[in-house]
Amino acid sequence: MIRLLPWLYLAAAFAFIYLPVGALVLFSFQAGNLPVPPFNGPSTRWYADVLADDDLTGALANSLLVALGSSAVAVSLGFGAAYGLARHVLPGSALLRGLLIAPLTVSYLIVGLGLLIVLTRAGLGLSLWTAAIGHVVINLPLAFAILYASMGAQQQNAERAARDLGADEARVVLLVTVPMLMPAIAAAFFLSVTLSWDEFIIAFLLTRFDVTLPVEIWSMLRSGLSPRLNAIGSLVFLVSVTAVVILETLVFRKRRP
Amino acid sequence: MTARAERMRGWGFVAPALIWTLAFFVVPFLVMGAMSLATLEGRTLVWGVSLANYAELTEKAYLWRAILVSLEITLTVTVVSVLLAYPLASIIAFRVPPRWQRLALLLAILPFWTSYVVRSYAWLLVLAREGVVNQALIGLGLVSEPVTLANTRFATVTGFVHFFVMLLTLTIYANLIQLSPNYRRAATDLGASAFQTFRHVTLPLALPGIVTGAFLTFVLCIGDYVTPQILGGNTELTVPQVIMVQLGRRADFPLASALAIVLMGIVTLAYLASARWLRLDRL
Repeated sequence: MIRLLPWLYLAAAFAFIYLPVGALVLFSFQAGNLPVPPFNGPSTRWYADVLADDDLTGALANSLLVALGSSAVAVSLGFGAAYGLARHVLPGSALLRGLLIAPLTVSYLIVGLGLLIVLTRAGLGLSLWTAAIGHVVINLPLAFAILYASMGAQQQNAERAARDLGADEARVVLLVTVPMLMPAIAAAFFLSVTLSWDEFIIAFLLTRFDVTLPVEIWSMLRSGLSPRLNAIGSLVFLVSVTAVVILETLVFRKRRP
Repeated sequence: MTARAERMRGWGFVAPALIWTLAFFVVPFLVMGAMSLATLEGRTLVWGVSLANYAELTEKAYLWRAILVSLEITLTVTVVSVLLAYPLASIIAFRVPPRWQRLALLLAILPFWTSYVVRSYAWLLVLAREGVVNQALIGLGLVSEPVTLANTRFATVTGFVHFFVMLLTLTIYANLIQLSPNYRRAATDLGASAFQTFRHVTLPLALPGIVTGAFLTFVLCIGDYVTPQILGGNTELTVPQVIMVQLGRRADFPLASALAIVLMGIVTLAYLASARWLRLDRL
């Protein structure tokens, strides 16, 4: 009995962890109008319903746009900063690193609140652009930290060799550093996409008419439990899991060459 | 290339990220700080240096109450999550065969990546009056009537614990897996019981992983608006919920800013309390 205890605990923990996700996915296939037991499916009517809803598909497209766009910007800026700080001697570089990492220590609500105050004071309208700006703020520190940590001596030697052979800095970066760091760049990008795709509070504070998917789901929540919400929630989960599996494969490959 | 030109080039690479962080993080943050010292007279904003908003926090019961509620929920969540996550991480690290560990860990934290909003909704679904848990309890004959689970502090705490158990399992596992099994073998050889080995060898060595995860739990939990808003009902409000109320109904940016600063103050205190064991760079 005592030997079984750890395995029972493991099973109970997994049941707890998968209970909400399981209920979410199962009742997205509910045929009736309420996503509670008894299960009377399977039916794909709610998926059809969700995919035919222009508000939802519009919000989904907005989310993808914001996630891909803001991640591309965050990774580019993060790469530049990591390269500059790892390869050039700059005064106050410890302070600079701290400053670039700082947004990580502040909750998203506060990042969003600060931007909201400044944007409304400056008389700038809220839009998908402002939400994307906020997402770059929260993802830039992560991208920078990942890329800075991966800039090792190995790349530096290859960069020196390229420079000795007459390559200018642009060529060194584009033809040597970027290809060698591709796994880290991809990891930073996918992590960034996953976080931005899911992010609610900044998008909620900084968008107005065009909204991202989590904000659209939020407004649907007011009408209570519905299998439609289950269906859209399951689709969101599927996208996140796909991104995570891609990320995991990349990191996995890097660790075991 | 001269040292000067070399440095200029370095700045060229760093500048875009630096300017972005200054313009969209540092400046908004300073403006928010200044805003917390401004006051609202009627509907017009008056800049100045006034501590009126901070004084309001101690004078108005609902604001003070929100700070207490936030602290209570956050501390409960942190303690419960650590107690549940440690055995899970330990079983995965020490009992599951090495070749299955990565898979077990990946599976244990996969729902971590569900969107915040969707995850809270899923718990609402499970805890609802006609939901899975109530139906199971009635089916087992444990209760005769549905129990009120959703829209309570219990629901908020459950939703949070679910999320943070996964986070803590990750940080604690990462710590445990780095410990050499020789330490535990040595303790056993020297006659320590399983509990003594845990208490005097494994636990002290696992402390950085536990504290790092607990700190992240504290910070993310106390700043979250979504989980208490969806699962907690409106019987009691947390600080982030009160901040959102100020923004919406009353457009009281000064008070919202002061609350945000207080939230940051609490996080800073938590950081100072745990700084000795924190290993944020190892994540």
